[in-house]
Amino acid sequence: MTTLLLIEQVLNGLQSGIMLFLMAAGLTLIFGVMGLINLAHGSLYMVGAFAAAAVAGATGSFVLALMASLIAAAAAGAVIEMVVIRRLYDRDHLDQVLATFALILIFSEGTRWVFGSFPLYLDVPAALAGPVTLPGGILYPAYRLLIIVVGLAIAAGLFLLIARTRIGIQIRAGESDREMIGALGVDISRLYTIVFALGAALAGLAGALVGAIQSVQVGMGEPVLILAFVVIVIGGIGSIKGALVGALLVGLTDTLGGVLLPLAFGVFMDASTATAVGSALASMSIYILMAIVLLYRPTGLFGTV
Amino acid sequence: MTDPLLHIEGLSKSFGALKATDDVTLSLKPGEIHALIGPNGAGKSTLIKQVAGALVPDAGTVWLNGRDVTKLPTAARARAGLGRTFQISSLAMEYTVLQNAVLGALGARGSVWRFLGNVMRDKALRGTAERALARVGLMEQALVRTSELSHGQRRLLEVAVALTLEPDVFLMDEPMAGLGADGSRRMTGFLDDLRSRAPILLVEHDMDAVFALADRISVLVYGKIIATGTADEIRANPEVRSAYLGEEIVI
Amino acid sequence: MIRREGIINTLIFLSLPAVAGAALLLDEPFTITLATRAAILALAAVGLNLALGLGGLVSLGHAAFFGIGGYAMGILASHAQSYVPLIDTWIVIEGTKSMPVIWLVAVIASAFAALAIGALSLRTSGVYFIMITLAFGQMFYYFAISWPAYGGEDGLSIYVRNDFPGLNTLVPIQFFGLVFTILALVLWAMGRLAASPFGLALNAARQNAERVETVGLTPFRLRLVAFVISGAITGLAGALFADLNRFVSPSMFSWQMSGEFIVFIVLGGIGRLFGPVAGACLFVVLEHMLSGVSEFWLIYVGAILLLVVLFARGGLIGTLAGRAVAHD
Repeated sequence: MTTLLLIEQVLNGLQSGIMLFLMAAGLTLIFGVMGLINLAHGSLYMVGAFAAAAVAGATGSFVLALMASLIAAAAAGAVIEMVVIRRLYDRDHLDQVLATFALILIFSEGTRWVFGSFPLYLDVPAALAGPVTLPGGILYPAYRLLIIVVGLAIAAGLFLLIARTRIGIQIRAGESDREMIGALGVDISRLYTIVFALGAALAGLAGALVGAIQSVQVGMGEPVLILAFVVIVIGGIGSIKGALVGALLVGLTDTLGGVLLPLAFGVFMDASTATAVGSALASMSIYILMAIVLLYRPTGLFGTV
Repeated sequence: MTDPLLHIEGLSKSFGALKATDDVTLSLKPGEIHALIGPNGAGKSTLIKQVAGALVPDAGTVWLNGRDVTKLPTAARARAGLGRTFQISSLAMEYTVLQNAVLGALGARGSVWRFLGNVMRDKALRGTAERALARVGLMEQALVRTSELSHGQRRLLEVAVALTLEPDVFLMDEPMAGLGADGSRRMTGFLDDLRSRAPILLVEHDMDAVFALADRISVLVYGKIIATGTADEIRANPEVRSAYLGEEIVI
Repeated sequence: MIRREGIINTLIFLSLPAVAGAALLLDEPFTITLATRAAILALAAVGLNLALGLGGLVSLGHAAFFGIGGYAMGILASHAQSYVPLIDTWIVIEGTKSMPVIWLVAVIASAFAALAIGALSLRTSGVYFIMITLAFGQMFYYFAISWPAYGGEDGLSIYVRNDFPGLNTLVPIQFFGLVFTILALVLWAMGRLAASPFGLALNAARQNAERVETVGLTPFRLRLVAFVISGAITGLAGALFADLNRFVSPSMFSWQMSGEFIVFIVLGGIGRLFGPVAGACLFVVLEHMLSGVSEFWLIYVGAILLLVVLFARGGLIGTLAGRAVAHD
C-alpha cells in the first residue's frame, strides 16, 4: 500500500471522526448538564439531513440547506425538550431509555410518512465536487476536506463557548452542581432547553454534512448514535475534550481498520479469505478498542467519576 | 494485655490540600467499647469509611483479627468479621424487615449460589434473622416494609442485620441518632450487653451515651487523634476542652 | 390486590394456549404462528427481565444473545442440510437438525457471550452500562453482516424446521405446544429463582448495593451470574425464533430488537414475573392489528410507549391490578 493511499485513509478517518464529534459533543453535554441519556439524538441527526435534502431540492442552495438543517434540528430539539424530555430529568435511566426509544419510533415513522421510504440525495455543491491537490501531490475530495475544516472550526467554537461565554459558565456550573445554578438565579429550564437545542443543532448539521456523502434515509441516525456512544464511553461522560479525542480515535480506527486489516491478513492468507476475515475483524475493531479502554479506565480516558 | 481485634495504624487520607485523616492510630480490644468523638467535620465519617472498606487510604494499615485487610473491599471485610451500621440507614427499602434480616443471615452463611429453594422458608436463616430482630425488639414489625419504618426503627434494623452477621467487631456510626431519649436509653443498655459478644467501635454524638458506655474514648479533631483515654481522662484533658470550646457539650 | 394480580397473570398466561387452541378449531394456522411468536418473544423478555427487573441492569444489548441463539440454530441446521461438516480437520463435527442439541449449543454460546460482555460492562453502572451493552450488541450485528460464510447481510434460510423427538414440529400446534412448555418451565424456574437465596441477594443489590456488600456479598458476582443466566434464556428464545421463521439474519442482532425486549417488559409491568409475557402478547396483538390499519403503525406503538412511560409506570398488569411495583 502506498503512502498516498494511507494519507487519504487517515484523512477519511479524520473526517468521519470529526462528524462523530458533532454527535458525541451534544450527547455528552446533555448528559453532563441534565443527566439524561438521549437515544433520540440520532433522530435529530436524521431530521437535519432530511431538512437539508428538502431545502436543497427546493432551492438548489447548499448553504440554505445547511442552515435549514441547523434550524430544523434545533427546533425539533427544543420542542421535544419542552414536551417530553423535561419530564424525564428526575426519572431513572430506564424511563429515559424507553421514552427516547419511543421518540425514535415516532420520528422515524413520521419521517417515512412524510418523505416516503426511498432515500433522498443531497448533492455536494458543484464548486466542491472535485478534488483538491494537497501538499505532496495528494488528490483529496474538496468537500470532505471542507467537512474536516468546518468540523474543526465548530469544535473550536464549542470550546470557546464553554470556556468564555456566559452560557458556557452556566453549563459548567450545571455540570458540577445542579442546585448551585438555581441558587445563582439562572433560569434552569431555559438553560436546559438551550443546551438541548444546541446539541440537536450539532447533530442536525452533522446529518446534513454526512448526508451529502451518503444517502439521506430513515434509520440513518441510529448507527451513528451507537458510534457516538462508543466515543463517549472511550472519552468519558460529560467531557467535551474526551468526546473529541474519542471521536478521532474511533473515526481513525474504524476507517484504517477497514483498509489495513484485510491487507494485514493478506500477508499469510489467500486474498478472498483475507478480505473476509479482515473486514469481519475490522467491523469489531472499535468495540475492541472500547473494551480495552474499559479494562484500564472504566470511566473513560477523560472521565472524572 | 489482650491483642486488639481491630487495629488501625498510621491511617492517612487527603482530599486535595485537606487532610481528612491524618496519621490515625487506634485499637479495639476484646470486650470493650471504644468511642470515637469529635466536632462536626473532624473526619469521623472518612475514617469510618476507610475502616469499613468504602474508601482506600493513602497510607496506613487496617488489621482485623490479626489480618491486614487494608486492600480488601467492603464485602471481604464483612466476611473477615466486621459488622457495620450506617449513620444514614442503608437498607433494602422495598424489602420487609424480616427479608433484610434474612439477607444478613444469608451473607453470614456465604452460600448465596442456590437458585431454587425458597429463602424465606430456610429454617436456619430465618431463625438467625428472627433472633436478631427479637434482640432489638423489632419482631412485631417483621413483615412491615422497611420503607414504612420510622427512622428510629430503621436504626434498630441496621443493628439487627449487623447482629445476624455474628461479627468479631462492630463498627457503629451514630446508632443513637433519631432514637429519642427513651430509645437512646434502651440502645445504651443494649450496647452495654453487646460488648461482651464483640467489641464496638462507636462513633456517637450523644455524649451521655458515650460517657456512660465507653471503656475508652478517642477524640478526633481535624483528622488527628488528639487524645485517647478513659472517660475521666478525657474529661480532664485541656486539649479536648479547648477543641470543644464553644460547642454545647456538657463534659 | 395480590390475588387479583395472580388471577390476571393466570388469564394472560392461559390466553396463549386458548388462542392457539381456538385457532386450531377454526383452522387458522397463521394465528397459531402468531401465538407461537408471542410466546417466543415473551421467553426472550423473561430472560432479560432477570437482569432488568430483578437485577436492575438496563441491558440494551440483549439482541446479541437472541442473535447468537438464532445463528446457533442457523449454522448447525445449514450444515446438516448441506451435509458439509461444521468442522472437518482432525476432529469432525457434523451439523444437526436436532432441537435439543441446537438448544444446548444456543444456551452455552449465549451464556459465554454474556459472560464476556457482562464481565466488561458490569465494571461500570448506570448510563455507561446502557451504552456499553448497546455497543456490544451492535458489534455482533456488524460482525454478522460482514462475515460472509453464513449468508452475511442476507442471512440463512433453513428449508425444514428442526426435529424434536416424538413430535412433528412442522405442524403449527405441535411446535406451539413445545414452545409454550418451554416458556412455562422457564417461568416456573424464574419464579423459584426470584424467591431463592440468590434472588433475594440479587434483588437487594438492585435496591441497595452498599447493604449487600456490608453483609459480605459481592454485587458484581451476583449481577454477572444473573446476566449470564439472562443471556442464556434469551439465547434459547433466539434459537426457537429462528426455527419458527426457518430463517436467521443479522436483524436478530439489531438494536431495535434489544429495545423491543425492554418495551415488552415495561408494557407488561416491570418487576413482575408475568410482565414480559403480557407485554410480548400485547405487542404482537398491536403489531398485528395496527399494521393492518397503517403502514406506519410503529408511530402508534411509539405514542403508546411514551404515554405508558410518562403516565402509567405499573404497565399493563399494574394498571389492571391497580397497584404499582415500586422501583427506584
